[in-house]
Amino acid sequence: MSDFLSMGGYASSVWPSVALTFGIIAWNIVAARRSFAAARAEARRRLAVEGSP
Amino acid sequence: MDWTWFHRFGSPPHLYGLAGRLTPWFAWPSAFLIAAGLYGGLVLAPADYQQGDGFRVIYVHAPSAWLSLMAYTWMAVAAAIGLVWRMKAAHAAAASCAPLGAWFTVAALCTGMLWGKPMWGTYWVWDPRLTSELVLLFLYLGYMGLRSAIEDPQRADRASAVLAIVGVINVPIVRYSVEWWNSIHQAPSVMKFGKPSISWPMLTPLLIMFVGFTLLFVALLLVRLRGEILRRERHARWVAEVVAG
Repeated sequence: MSDFLSMGGYASSVWPSVALTFGIIAWNIVAARRSFAAARAEARRRLAVEGSP
Repeated sequence: MDWTWFHRFGSPPHLYGLAGRLTPWFAWPSAFLIAAGLYGGLVLAPADYQQGDGFRVIYVHAPSAWLSLMAYTWMAVAAAIGLVWRMKAAHAAAASCAPLGAWFTVAALCTGMLWGKPMWGTYWVWDPRLTSELVLLFLYLGYMGLRSAIEDPQRADRASAVLAIVGVINVPIVRYSVEWWNSIHQAPSVMKFGKPSISWPMLTPLLIMFVGFTLLFVALLLVRLRGEILRRERHARWVAEVVAG
């Protein structure tokens, strides 16, 4: 296990790379969902204010 | 030739519904493939005879770099379709590509730097490949900045589309920079004509990652696209029906 974690001396390259990439993936999932939810909330608000078209 | 399918496909309500139905079909296989590819790359693949375990950065670096270029290409194609056929949904797709592409460009640049430190002895060199990838990031940022600077959505669509199309020249520059110029960056070992110059136990997890990342990108694009369509169509009757339900 510690062999695996040490990555043959390249732990400081491999693990931050993996962590960063998966951090970016996680953030993009959150951001995409937020962007969609915000657009839907905005459309709902508009509908509530203006009534159905 | 009958083009009605093209317009039906591009009609916002149709695309909105289709994107919603398709998203899980891309999201779940991508999660499975990325998990499998990561396990294969970090655990099963043998260490490289020159780079030891340091080469394993490739399993996150190369798929990120691939997405950074694919996203730009799709963005430029969508922008061109939007410009030529005045298709609103195509502009929405182009706008949805930009933040995704920018983030994966950041991932490609940063993982490359983390790999470069032990292998090249430095995080950064002004090498053709690295520099053109950095230019790619600036193109994305310029595209998004231009969009947010123009208030009128239609003008923003047209102006940003021109920028996206002009900037696409950078895509082959990034791709072929290591062949056209003397670059410190490694030559491609997978995406090239002929046989890959990397052994199958190393290559298989990498190919799985490429497919997984591509499906992930499509899933994220579909979610963003639905939001973009809603924002553009907020006056339409179908939007009221969709969000009220």
